[in-house]
Amino acid sequence: MPDPSISLLVNGASVSVTPGTTVAAAILMSGPRARISVTGEPRAPLCGMGICFECRATINGFAHRRSCQVLCEPGMDVRTA
Amino acid sequence: MKQHFDILVIGAGPAGIAAAVRAAESGARVGLLDDNPAPGGQIWRKGAALPAAARDWIAKLDASPVVRLHGWHVFAHPASGVLMAESTAATDREAAELHYDKLVLATGARERFLPFPGWTLPNVMGAGGLDAMVRGGLPISGKRVVVAGTGPLLLAVAAHLAHRGAKVVAICEQAPVGRLAAFSLRLLDQPGKVMQGINYRWASRNARFHTGCWPIAANGQGSLESVTLQRNDQQWDVACDYLACGYHLVPNLELPVLLGCRIQNGFVATDKWQQTSIPGVLCAGEPTGIGGVELAILEGQIAGLAAADRISVASGLVQKRSRFQGFVRALANAVELDPQLRTLPSAETIVCRCEDVPFHVLGGYSSQRDAKLHTRCGMGPCQGRICGAATQFLFGWGADSVRPPVLTASFSSLAAASCAAGHASNDILNQNRKDTHTL
Repeated sequence: MPDPSISLLVNGASVSVTPGTTVAAAILMSGPRARISVTGEPRAPLCGMGICFECRATINGFAHRRSCQVLCEPGMDVRTA
Repeated sequence: MKQHFDILVIGAGPAGIAAAVRAAESGARVGLLDDNPAPGGQIWRKGAALPAAARDWIAKLDASPVVRLHGWHVFAHPASGVLMAESTAATDREAAELHYDKLVLATGARERFLPFPGWTLPNVMGAGGLDAMVRGGLPISGKRVVVAGTGPLLLAVAAHLAHRGAKVVAICEQAPVGRLAAFSLRLLDQPGKVMQGINYRWASRNARFHTGCWPIAANGQGSLESVTLQRNDQQWDVACDYLACGYHLVPNLELPVLLGCRIQNGFVATDKWQQTSIPGVLCAGEPTGIGGVELAILEGQIAGLAAADRISVASGLVQKRSRFQGFVRALANAVELDPQLRTLPSAETIVCRCEDVPFHVLGGYSSQRDAKLHTRCGMGPCQGRICGAATQFLFGWGADSVRPPVLTASFSSLAAASCAAGHASNDILNQNRKDTHTL
């Protein structure tokens, strides 16, 4: 495995990942959940393939991105609910 | 962005790659669109060693002149011969107006999820779901994993996770052992599949393999801590970090249905040349029947060649394809769901995860549409992609209608789609005027 070489922010905290890591994986590496459901439950990715929308997050100011379909880039700003 | 393709292929899994590569051989301008950042679909997802066939086809794609649109998802079909797509990428909301003469739909399949108490807890994922997350960089080494559900995917996932250092503590297949044995015998004429199964089981040999067994609850505070398993009258708890649970696959039919393709027994109806009921629209791979990667490659090639009007080249592949028909049926029989799985949800178990609709409010409705209008079940961002397959099994409801946008899209993209529809109707109007004038 190559050394972690991409640094991004998840809810303001720095996370280091290897190239090819999805934003959804980076979110789970920094905490247990990706979003809060409409009745207040913590939720995290279910399908891993862009179907379930449980991993949606705000990435670089763009809301509701399916984070499992987006690869981490240096300096990304990821915010979860 | 506005582009025109002689042949546009939607989905860059095995079927879509094969379709695009074979279609481009004729010199046609071919486009290949997929919402993932790289080709391969789910089965050839990057982040793990790929089989020889995957490397071979992806190399052919790399060497081909196919125009590739990775990181785009289709959200509307505003006019005949036009699809609207939006960028899936992080930092832009660009819309694309994609015109085509022929369309090949290779939209693949997703996992079927069945609701049970605790299935909404973080770290309860699909079997393919956890596999995809691990390929996407989620650390799994040393983690305890229960793999459950049904279908050949379970062993493949267990083997991959074990290879990556996970402690696979149990594999639970809902099908009874007799049905699995019958399926294995059916495979004897396909030694490749038998060897693959044996290799997968060997790779995950430290895990207990239970048949006729499934999780009835996922337990934990805020995140998964243990799973309660049930086999016959026995119930027991297994401590774990992840539950990877998927009940085989269901086809991604949103686009075929949006385009008006005829659906037969839950799959897209196609003729000998993978042609759907809509002229110029072909379909290949799992949407025509769950049959695995070899069949998908064959169907993709046939569709690509047929779309490029090279029927004579495709006819040899049609012969090969017929050998898989028995396999498709045998697989469907092997993974048939135990009716007891209908009793998994408790009254409070959430069925629709987007709108948090519990099981108890869904009784008494006659269809997905009825339930949707009264309870919001299936009305959230996933548009019933997860709960739809569950409610079909739990309540016997048929599939709901499909309306654009089939995936979330920004207002600017919707406006672009509306313009595309307007241009198309203006074109027809102008054509009519011209015709009238000529008359």
